[in-house]
Amino acid sequence: MSSDAKHKPRVDKPTIDKPRIGVFKFASCDGCQLSLLDAEDEMLAVAGAVEIAYFPEASSAMLKGPYDMGLVEGSVTTYHDAQRIQEVRRQCKTLITIGACATAGGIQALRNWKDVDEFIRVVYATPQFISTLKLSTPIAEHVPVDFELRGCPINKHQLLELITATLAGRKPNIPSYSVCIECKRKANVCIAVARGIPCLGPVTQAGCGALCPSYDRGCYGCYGPMESPNTTSMSSQFRILGQADSQIVRAFRGFNAWAWQFRKASEECER
Amino acid sequence: MATLNRLATADDRAAQRGEHILAADQVGKLIELLVRRGYEVVGPTVRDGAIVYDHLESPDDLPRGWTDEQKPGHYRLHRRDDEALFGYVVGPQSWKKYTHPAEVRLWAAERQNGTFRILNNEEKGQHPRAFLGARACELAAIAVQDRVLLEDKYRDPVYDRRRGGAFIIAVQCTQAAETCFCASMGTGPQVSDEFDLALTELLDSKGHRFLLAAASDRGTEILSELKTVPATEEDRQQAAAKVDAAARQQVRSIDTTGIKELLYENFEHRRWDDVAGRCLTCANCTMVCPTCFCTSVEDVSDISGDHAERWRRWDSCFTQNFSYIHGGSVRTSAKARYRQWMTHKLASWIDQFGSSGCVGCGRCITWCPVGIDITEEVRAIREGGRNGDS
Repeated sequence: MSSDAKHKPRVDKPTIDKPRIGVFKFASCDGCQLSLLDAEDEMLAVAGAVEIAYFPEASSAMLKGPYDMGLVEGSVTTYHDAQRIQEVRRQCKTLITIGACATAGGIQALRNWKDVDEFIRVVYATPQFISTLKLSTPIAEHVPVDFELRGCPINKHQLLELITATLAGRKPNIPSYSVCIECKRKANVCIAVARGIPCLGPVTQAGCGALCPSYDRGCYGCYGPMESPNTTSMSSQFRILGQADSQIVRAFRGFNAWAWQFRKASEECER
Repeated sequence: MATLNRLATADDRAAQRGEHILAADQVGKLIELLVRRGYEVVGPTVRDGAIVYDHLESPDDLPRGWTDEQKPGHYRLHRRDDEALFGYVVGPQSWKKYTHPAEVRLWAAERQNGTFRILNNEEKGQHPRAFLGARACELAAIAVQDRVLLEDKYRDPVYDRRRGGAFIIAVQCTQAAETCFCASMGTGPQVSDEFDLALTELLDSKGHRFLLAAASDRGTEILSELKTVPATEEDRQQAAAKVDAAARQQVRSIDTTGIKELLYENFEHRRWDDVAGRCLTCANCTMVCPTCFCTSVEDVSDISGDHAERWRRWDSCFTQNFSYIHGGSVRTSAKARYRQWMTHKLASWIDQFGSSGCVGCGRCITWCPVGIDITEEVRAIREGGRNGDS
């Protein structure tokens, strides 16, 4: 299938052979959708293998559902979106959420510990126009989700692997173990042990390729909790490395603050 | 071990070959001779605040004047007050970096005319490497991996190709880290496993020099091309005393008496719950362990379905997927995973491969982000009585 396929008049070619994909945005920064566009070369192959039926970020042609695969970016923060995700779910055979907003509520979930009404009063000149929920929540709190792809932003190679595996009907190679495994496979020197830099790698899911530790920074936990995170032990170690409880709270309250294990960890440090 | 060069044991070496003194400024010549014979010389070098193993061009790449301070969950480099080239203990990496690589593409395949064609098999011709600076515990670890990957029922061709031609230059330890316990495991600090050349670094009023011994024909050949003088009895005694000191400096130990039975009988012990409270299940201990050999194999295909690859990567018994069988993961708790790792390493390894899987290098202690100490865990289980009831 050539890359010209998508430019052909759609009436020419019945699309029943090609899986139809829809990409939907909720409360988010669009960075994860950009990861898909950023795939460039691979994107041509994807465009050849599937019909991108709905992707407002990339194309003004918006075709109606149903879709074989729906990629959902963003969290639910409004009444309107809480309704809309129900319809998206109904239209998608396979629903995949992409990124920390969709899988954990995102950075905007920091509101979940605060008084949202107060924010609205302080920020907006005419608060009565603002209609929002008190919580920013992941998609899986609203509808069943078939696969959650972690990351802030997601890794484009993982996204391609997920799409490829889903289309091929095989299990995606997307591990849920720690960042440390990726870091050690890269032969990095552990910055926590060799320099005393607080690093969330041991409790964070792999997927980024140990990006920050490879550049001498502690892991920020962008990929959310790994499969069996011992956050209590991690917090103790942060204290040994000189971190105050307020700093540990901030470490866990990043892009995946509302993921329950990180949420529990930060709340433990506030007690 | 058909493809391994026949190397003499330490006893043969002592009996047959004399020891020599090599001036420190001749180490460059040693590297040069190895390169001329077609070896890529790899060994210790300073990178990112640690002594790691990497490609060596010249003695300038060696960690001259550096030493390492190690404690549970803690590693720091410090300047020495001398110019020692091997004045450190062991770093985060081991030689398995080369013999048992973290990631290997086993093969690739392409769809052609309705059938698959296998391309680019894992490279057949490996550039032979010379490992400069292997410690006693590391040679013991290589011997352990040889037993697992070459001498067991199945021979691992990936390991075989990388291990087979390796030229080994051992360096005797003349100091111990706080995390070392090789003396109690019977693996060091005196080098006793197979090697080609062994160096003991001496630095005193008589100058910076090495006691050099050969233990194989190719080692002897290299030695004969180096500018050396015969070692004196005094040199030999001095070298032996330094290695003895490295043994005496060790503050950690594992009492291996009946260790297999000890761990088998304490499958349920409250210490396992205690360590599970600290264990992050991050797998760092298994990644740095010079004998841990587990891998997973992943098949990947591209979006067209016309190209597929099979990759082998280091895996760990600390991941859930590692014990995933029909119905789920067998070892879901941190307790079950730590117990599995330690019991295999120290006990069931003996039944499986005829030796302990632990060589006492201390890497799992140093590089555990929360400093879990295997020697302490064994002690707690031993002292806690049966199942920790007493």
